Amino acid sequence: MSDNLIENRDLSFAYSDRLVLRGVNLSARRGQVIAIMGNSGCGKTTLLRLIGGAIKPTQGSLKVDGIEMGGLDEAGLYRLRRRMGMLFQFGALFTDMSVFENVAFPMREHTDLPEEMIRDLVLMKLNAVGLRGAQDLLPSELSGGMARRVALARSIALDPALILYDEPFAGLDPISLGVTGNLIRRLTDTLGLTSLLVTHDVQESLKIVDYVYFVSEGVIVAEGTADEIRASELPYVHQFVHGEADGPVPFHYPARTYADDLGLGGRNA
Amino acid sequence: MQTIWGWGGAMLRRALENLGNRTIQGIWRMGFATRFFFAVLMHSGTAFRRFGLTIREMYFTGVLSLIIILVSGLFVGMVLGLQGYETLQTYGSEEALGVLVALSLVRELGPVVAALLFASRAGSAITAEIGLMKATEQLSAMEMMAVDPIARVVAPRFWAGVISMPLLAALFSAMGVLGGYLVGVQLIGVDEGSFWAQMQSAVDFEQDILNGVIKSVVFGVAITAIALFEGYDAPPTAEGVSGATTRTVVTSSLAVLALDFVLTAFMFRGLN
Repeated sequence: MSDNLIENRDLSFAYSDRLVLRGVNLSARRGQVIAIMGNSGCGKTTLLRLIGGAIKPTQGSLKVDGIEMGGLDEAGLYRLRRRMGMLFQFGALFTDMSVFENVAFPMREHTDLPEEMIRDLVLMKLNAVGLRGAQDLLPSELSGGMARRVALARSIALDPALILYDEPFAGLDPISLGVTGNLIRRLTDTLGLTSLLVTHDVQESLKIVDYVYFVSEGVIVAEGTADEIRASELPYVHQFVHGEADGPVPFHYPARTYADDLGLGGRNA
Repeated sequence: MQTIWGWGGAMLRRALENLGNRTIQGIWRMGFATRFFFAVLMHSGTAFRRFGLTIREMYFTGVLSLIIILVSGLFVGMVLGLQGYETLQTYGSEEALGVLVALSLVRELGPVVAALLFASRAGSAITAEIGLMKATEQLSAMEMMAVDPIARVVAPRFWAGVISMPLLAALFSAMGVLGGYLVGVQLIGVDEGSFWAQMQSAVDFEQDILNGVIKSVVFGVAITAIALFEGYDAPPTAEGVSGATTRTVVTSSLAVLALDFVLTAFMFRGLN
């Protein structure tokens, strides 16, 4: 068994003729929390969708648990997905089911476990995220942070080997941020998972991750441990980590000169 | 002068490009809809193996549509009683009121009006639900859990609609006959014996009732398939879902009326 759960080699992806990812090399070691960071539209969510098998690589190799994703048929993909969990940005809980039923859903769909055992397992998963007491609530009665935790309990329902997180920190209050971050770390360690986060919340994720990849315009521009990233002098990483308004990612959207737009052609802006 | 020609040419070119683009989009969408429909049929196993899923959807599409169907059926029947009596008494054949009410309902009004009501009550709800499930990533979440949303979410709703529609149409017709009876016999005073006896002898099971059932099954397939496709294909935004819901009602109503014409032409051709 390879040390790496995910291995990308020279991975490229294009939407029709628009190249979104170019020559990405990324690997995720088992038992680690890996973050993919970058500004909006840089291709990091596309990378997550590729690893989840929602889209197929245009070029290059992408292996998850030793299986080449490009050559998988639907049945093979579904078999692989039973060993994956995914936490969507806003939880994506089934709104017509209670918290309990949401967490029980994957178990009911994929196993023939008796009802008592499902109940015990669901309570165990809910206890792990601190929401055993909320089992009878509907998703509409949960706060954003709670919904994210229920979704996390649902994604670990079948004890996956890998969990993908799409912006797990987006829109959370400071307490929920800390709780979510700690949960990701704790679940990864105790359940022996591998976690892959796509995020732009630098401060929160640097507290919990083992390794970071920075993506810009479809290319990995930097990588390293949390400390290496904090100390990085690369202009793009520095701007991102310190939240500077201007830098390699410009403040202004590309435009004609200001003078031209104001009808003052000939004069310098 | 040359500039005007230039503008004209550019406008014409844009219009042609627009037309071509719309045509390609339309054909592409029709192809997608056909593939979607076959995918639903191919993945229908779950809807029958776990029939509880289908029954749950029948509650939402069928049982919750009962009020509107029953009340409308009653009123349509009552109007038929009034209008029918007015016309028939001119020719002194008001005893045939039962036949008129029953045949109008069983052959046409039952399947068609029930289908139109079903499209606006249940069809729009199905589209909005599927569209919102897609917009809130519930369908993607299901796929990531290795559960096929076509099999788990779409197919049970499809079969629930197909099963509910003829039952609703039958109830609509039954309530309509009751409405016609209340107005014709109880209110106006048409002879009760002739009302029922003529109805019984003139309504043929195969020609009238069975054809009416076939119609409502076809309408059920059309409405539910359109509603599910529009929801599944809706852009994941508020405008996307609202547009899709409107399209469901408009498209499925037109489809019902057009299909009714075609089916009637085949079914009742050459009948006395």
